[in-house]
Amino acid sequence: MPETEKAQIAHLLRRAGFGATQEELDEFTAMGYDATVRELVYPTPRALDEPDILQRYYLGNLPPDDHRFPGEDLLLRYYPDISRAEGGFVAKWLYRMLNSHDPLKERMALFCHQLFACGGSKAGHPRSNRRQIETFRRVGLTNLRTVLVEVSKDPAMIFWLDNNENHRVEPNENYGRELLELFSMGAGNYTEADVKASTQAFTGWTFDQPLVGTVYGKWPTKFVYHPEDHDDSEKTFLGETGRFNGEDIIDIICRQPATARFVARHLYNFFVADEPPVSAWSQLPPRNIEAIETLSEAYFSHRGEMRPLMHTLFTSDFFKEAMFQKVKSPTDLVAGLARIMGTFKEPEIGIGKHLNAMGSMGQTLMNPLTVEGWITGQGWIDGGTLNERVNYAVNEIADTSVPGTQDLIDRLGTDGESVSLERFVDLCLEHAGLSTVSKETRAGLLSHAHAGGPIKFRSAADRAMSETRVGKMLQLVVSAREYQFY
Amino acid sequence: MVTSVKKPPVLVVVQLAGGNDFMNTIVPFANPLYYDYRPTMGVKEDKVVKINDQVGFHPAAAPLKQFWDSGKMAIVQGIGYPGGSRSHFRSMYIWHTCEPVKISTEGWLGIVTKMLDPKKENVLTSVNFGRGLPQALVSKGVPVTSVGDLDNYGLMTGLTVEEQRMEALDRFKEMYAPAMGTGPVMDYLSETGNSVLQGAEIIKKAPEMYKSKVEYAGNEIARGLRDVARVHLADLGTRIFYVNHGGYDTHSNQAPMHQILLSDLTRAISDFFRDLRDHDAADNVTMLVFTEFGRRVADNGSGTDHGAGGGAFIIGDNVKGGFYAEYPSLKQPDLADGEDLKHTYDYRGMYASILEQVMGLDSVPIVNGKFEQLPIFK
Repeated sequence: MPETEKAQIAHLLRRAGFGATQEELDEFTAMGYDATVRELVYPTPRALDEPDILQRYYLGNLPPDDHRFPGEDLLLRYYPDISRAEGGFVAKWLYRMLNSHDPLKERMALFCHQLFACGGSKAGHPRSNRRQIETFRRVGLTNLRTVLVEVSKDPAMIFWLDNNENHRVEPNENYGRELLELFSMGAGNYTEADVKASTQAFTGWTFDQPLVGTVYGKWPTKFVYHPEDHDDSEKTFLGETGRFNGEDIIDIICRQPATARFVARHLYNFFVADEPPVSAWSQLPPRNIEAIETLSEAYFSHRGEMRPLMHTLFTSDFFKEAMFQKVKSPTDLVAGLARIMGTFKEPEIGIGKHLNAMGSMGQTLMNPLTVEGWITGQGWIDGGTLNERVNYAVNEIADTSVPGTQDLIDRLGTDGESVSLERFVDLCLEHAGLSTVSKETRAGLLSHAHAGGPIKFRSAADRAMSETRVGKMLQLVVSAREYQFY
Repeated sequence: MVTSVKKPPVLVVVQLAGGNDFMNTIVPFANPLYYDYRPTMGVKEDKVVKINDQVGFHPAAAPLKQFWDSGKMAIVQGIGYPGGSRSHFRSMYIWHTCEPVKISTEGWLGIVTKMLDPKKENVLTSVNFGRGLPQALVSKGVPVTSVGDLDNYGLMTGLTVEEQRMEALDRFKEMYAPAMGTGPVMDYLSETGNSVLQGAEIIKKAPEMYKSKVEYAGNEIARGLRDVARVHLADLGTRIFYVNHGGYDTHSNQAPMHQILLSDLTRAISDFFRDLRDHDAADNVTMLVFTEFGRRVADNGSGTDHGAGGGAFIIGDNVKGGFYAEYPSLKQPDLADGEDLKHTYDYRGMYASILEQVMGLDSVPIVNGKFEQLPIFK
């Protein structure tokens, strides 16, 4: 594969964002790789690019403070189904992934959602769950300590891991354990006594019980600390002793080399190349130990600040060398396809269908099944989910009237009155973001091209015929094995 | 005409994910210590569905009593493994791979699939229902069919012109041709794609053929076991079925949650066997119901934390009903780390019992050693 700067920038934009249009790619290529990284990690402030119309289509807005947003109240009172019909906040989040000028912010929110997996189905309080995603968007690129404190104070998380049931006299270990096992250090780096100390430290961290739901929505809730329910006794945690509260535990966690390595491995798995499931990490070494070392060092030298850490990651050789080393998540598959097709550039009705499709492929955003998050990489693929992926992509791309496909047909037409079948296959592959494919895939595509005869652009009828051919070729391209990688 | 051909044994594995509370499933109501440990979570004696003078089912598990009374249910007590992990994910991995210490990438049922069908003649030898393939079924180069939605399983079904669909499927087959050495995930994709290609055309017969008087409930486990019934009844040569029932991580609000879980589970099991019996297709089916660990002996006021010493059920016409292994002692000095049920029996022995006594397989290479078997089967 020719490692041209343009190809590397395309790779960067797929991983730090959700892909790029040809236009955006040309723009960033003119800037160069390093400048593109800087723009992603330290974006130029822009006016808020969220039109009011977004709210009208998807709702799920979050009030600026803990008071209810009057417009939303009224709308929901009269049209209680409006937000549900179009996926509400998740729809808005997907829309932002596709259109944001600060895509890394949405990527980091998704990273946090994968790492601090929290399921909405248990809570039944969507307001808290969408607030959690807003928190991830807000703090994802700050500092690991800030992120861990915010996660520990997040009402949705507190409910999901039962910290509201973690009392001075009756401790509940769910949060105290998962904070260590899944959110910061990883199994094997602490003892059962540390789990108990961590649990004690988070007693009294709870939320205001919201009032029961009303016909037009639910009331917000917020973090509260109940000192009378906090176990203020002396605790020993990871070798340190004191009357620790939750923030002290997080401070100690953030000083551990195990934490730096664990977060580094998560970043590597999410942004660079697939790793085995988290549950195997205590037994299986990282795929690239040097990369983990580099990121761990960056973690300590930048005192847990995420932006410089991401800068280190995106400018490293191990990142640049990892093109097509990851299996697309359902979010990436759906977002990537919408990017290719040029759909959802404005809010449109119909986004709910795509969210459902992601669920069938194994990823219902804002509702991972367990606190382990989704099993990524090869874990995204089994017979059932591959079936869903292929059928979804094939059905979607069948619509050749979309702007992306029309562009491709235009580009094919500029070749002259007839296009060679090799060129036809190549352009369709490139359009789908695939620079190289196996010889089996290429042979399959070429034999399909040959079966259909030449591609011509002499007349309007030729063009119509070519349009059909492009549609069918793209259907095969998106069902190829290679299309599952990015 | 051959009048009696012995049908090959079929194993249905039901996974209870999250760590089912064994003490509140098989309740030791006669032991006063139980109520000392479980002041809020204890199931009251008058609610327990007693099966002897010591223990009984949680009231929501009452549908299991028919299996117990007819001698078709084994309750294996106090199951665990050395150095029990309180991590759901690690512990489940250990159950899936039969490796409590190191990481193995081979799932026990993946190896079983390979032994049952060494020439890979039937991609439906093992079928999982659900999203995400459990590690238990993973073994390199072994095709396993995983079905998210049985009624819509099939590639390119959106291509309505049959000729075009066939052409697309032919190209798909070419593009997913095995190209060994292109990377493990790419190889896996090839295998998976080919399994879907072959499996879908066969398995889609199952819903078409199925007729039943049994009305299953609409929950996850009922849908899963109905899918098992539909495929089993279609006689497609499936030997291993796998379904997951999640939600057993009851740290809080356990009483109402566990009630629903056990009720959904046991009603689904009851409906499933009734369905099979109605079709005279139950006699070669063995069901294993397992979970990754039991929960802490003492409750935490509204639920229970992660513990050890769980339990499993084995149900089928071939089962010699009764209790197997020992219910762990509840006496304080006998508890593991002073707070967990100490396991009395290694789960790998239970696997070995099923593998050797039912499936007729050598268990040693599957469970990685020799473990004490129990005489569970007739």
